[in-house]
Amino acid sequence: MTMTNKDAFISIQNVDKYFGKFQAIDKISMDIGHGEFFSLLGSSGCGKTTLLRMLAGFETPTNGEIYIDGQPMSEVPPHYRPVNMVFQSYAIFPHLNVRDNIAYGLRKQRLSKMKKYEMVDEMLDLIKLPEYGDRKAHELSGGQRQRIALARALILKPKVLLLDEPLGALDKQLREQMQLELRALQRTVGITFVFVTHDQEEALTLSDRIAVMSGGTVLQTDTPTGLYEMPQNREVAAFIGTMNFFEAMVDRVEGDTLVLDAKGLGKVSTTKGQRTTTKGDRFELAIRPEKLKISDTKPTTGACVEGTLENAAYLGERSHYYVRVDGQDTPVAVSAQNQKRVISSDQNAHSVWLTWDDDALVLLNDA
Amino acid sequence: MRNDVSYIKRPNRPLQVYAIIFLIVLYTPVLFLPLFSFNDSIYVRFPLKGFTIQWYFELWERAQVWNSLMNSIKVGICVSIASTGLGIFAAKALTNYRLPGRPSIIGFIMLPLVVPGIIFGVALLVLLSQMGVPLSLYTVAIGHMIVCLPFSIATLLPRFEGFDRSIEEASADLGENAWWTFWRVTFPVVYPGVVASLLLSFTISFDEFIMAFFLSGTEPTLPMYIWGQLRFPQEFPSILALSSIILFVSFLLVFIGQWINRDDAYGK
Ligand SMILES: Nc1ncnc2c1ncn2[C@@H]1O[C@H](COP(=O)(O)OP(=O)(O)OP(=O)(O)O)[C@@H](O)[C@H]1O
Ligand SMILES: [Mg+2]
Repeated sequence: MTMTNKDAFISIQNVDKYFGKFQAIDKISMDIGHGEFFSLLGSSGCGKTTLLRMLAGFETPTNGEIYIDGQPMSEVPPHYRPVNMVFQSYAIFPHLNVRDNIAYGLRKQRLSKMKKYEMVDEMLDLIKLPEYGDRKAHELSGGQRQRIALARALILKPKVLLLDEPLGALDKQLREQMQLELRALQRTVGITFVFVTHDQEEALTLSDRIAVMSGGTVLQTDTPTGLYEMPQNREVAAFIGTMNFFEAMVDRVEGDTLVLDAKGLGKVSTTKGQRTTTKGDRFELAIRPEKLKISDTKPTTGACVEGTLENAAYLGERSHYYVRVDGQDTPVAVSAQNQKRVISSDQNAHSVWLTWDDDALVLLNDA
Repeated sequence: MRNDVSYIKRPNRPLQVYAIIFLIVLYTPVLFLPLFSFNDSIYVRFPLKGFTIQWYFELWERAQVWNSLMNSIKVGICVSIASTGLGIFAAKALTNYRLPGRPSIIGFIMLPLVVPGIIFGVALLVLLSQMGVPLSLYTVAIGHMIVCLPFSIATLLPRFEGFDRSIEEASADLGENAWWTFWRVTFPVVYPGVVASLLLSFTISFDEFIMAFFLSGTEPTLPMYIWGQLRFPQEFPSILALSSIILFVSFLLVFIGQWINRDDAYGK
């Protein structure tokens, strides 16, 4: 999915952010579409919160400009922006009960008491806490606070909802439940969500598109499948799921097919795509563990390589194998479903064969 | 014998005895005030003669007592509002911005706590007379401000520090400007500290003597009045009665303030 500036709802253009001499955001440009569930994914300290706070207006970009709905935002203070935020700490007002927390932002709309009451009731139903209106903040669990923070923002019908690791403090079960609810909610209300997380699984399940960040820059922006199947560089490939890497050198170019000499795999071929390469260029090849097939006997067709089974882990539904191949320092990870027995697991350290389809190989951009 | 209490919370006998002795030594002299204020004799000496409340009645009928009481209340109210107001600004500034040299700024603000009142009193007197300002209840109030401000800030600062800045950001995010955010979020959250500061600085101003001694004009505050009456032995029991009332009210105000400002307000 590519997007031109025109139908972008949020457009971040060449934004830098310095804290003193420290550069937290390094020339980020990206466009987020209307109604999109967009995630910022990256490890701790990569600048996700900083970027989100710039969208909300709590930090101003040192350079560059942010447009929301076509309007430049640099002169617009937080309380005039068409965005609302769900804080990492939820930031529930401690002196107000749930009802007053949710109704907080309605003051300026000058609605009647009845109307406000109805709107809050609607929200309480939406977040499935209809009986909790009179509770104080300290009488709520983490998951309940999170939902109140959500309701408090949604009642204002913002055009964009910013969420800063809203599920970070929850246990696994509640977290998975909330993920489903959040996704369903986003579909119902049709608001653009910008969602910050450092949990790749969470980002993959929830998002329409994900921007993978590292050290203040965006490494790649793509759909979950795009990121998983076609990572553009090693950092993205390693960050999302497990990946096997192989050094490779171009052996020859045959039309649209690239034949490479890969360390550990031998001669492999893959499609060239848009690249202009010549013999001798170095690349890095990557392949997912579940795209490799493992067997006891030498397959009759296709490319294959022989290796030694070092370790096998039975995980019920699937098994993980670690296979040492010549020329590779780390063993190759293979993940196979246990529907049919693929290899005998009783004797470790025996010879196995690995095969793959050509289109399972990913050619990374950086060597 | 097994003991369920944790190591830290285990009772410590010598420490308890020490605490009790400490409190007795601190408060016994003070308890003589109410004791003799009910004694049916103008002489403060044992044995006690009999129970009376005549000294309290006598106070009731003295115009001068009422007059100086009103003076003290006026000064106390102005001082508590002003010093709490300034304290709020100071505490907000100290917690909002990463001020360089913050510890030394706080130290500077707290200085009047350790500088003898007589020094500030004399200094202010010299300054005011240089400027040609006549002594009055206003000058007393200025002196009391200096004494009260450190207490106000010391009471307010923990409230401002203990509060999650993101709730102010949440308020801005939900559409409120700085002014509304202060009144709808900041103030209600620090409100217990504000009440405590008001009560504490009122009490301090109400009881203060040295500044009033140097800076009052013709209108006496209550402690000044008491000081004036000490020359007349026959007035002494009434002074004891008056002091007992002041003691009781001061204790009550400070206690209420501390209770409102207790740590678990809002269930934290
Ligand atoms: N106000 C600030 N002053 C100075 N440095 C800051 C400030 N805010 C953030 N930083 C720095 O900017 C970098 C990015 O911070 P940010 O909070 O955006 O990280 P993050 O990606 O949200 O991390 P996490 O996943 O841990 O929340 C960090 O190195 C942080 O130390
Ligand atoms: Mg963060």
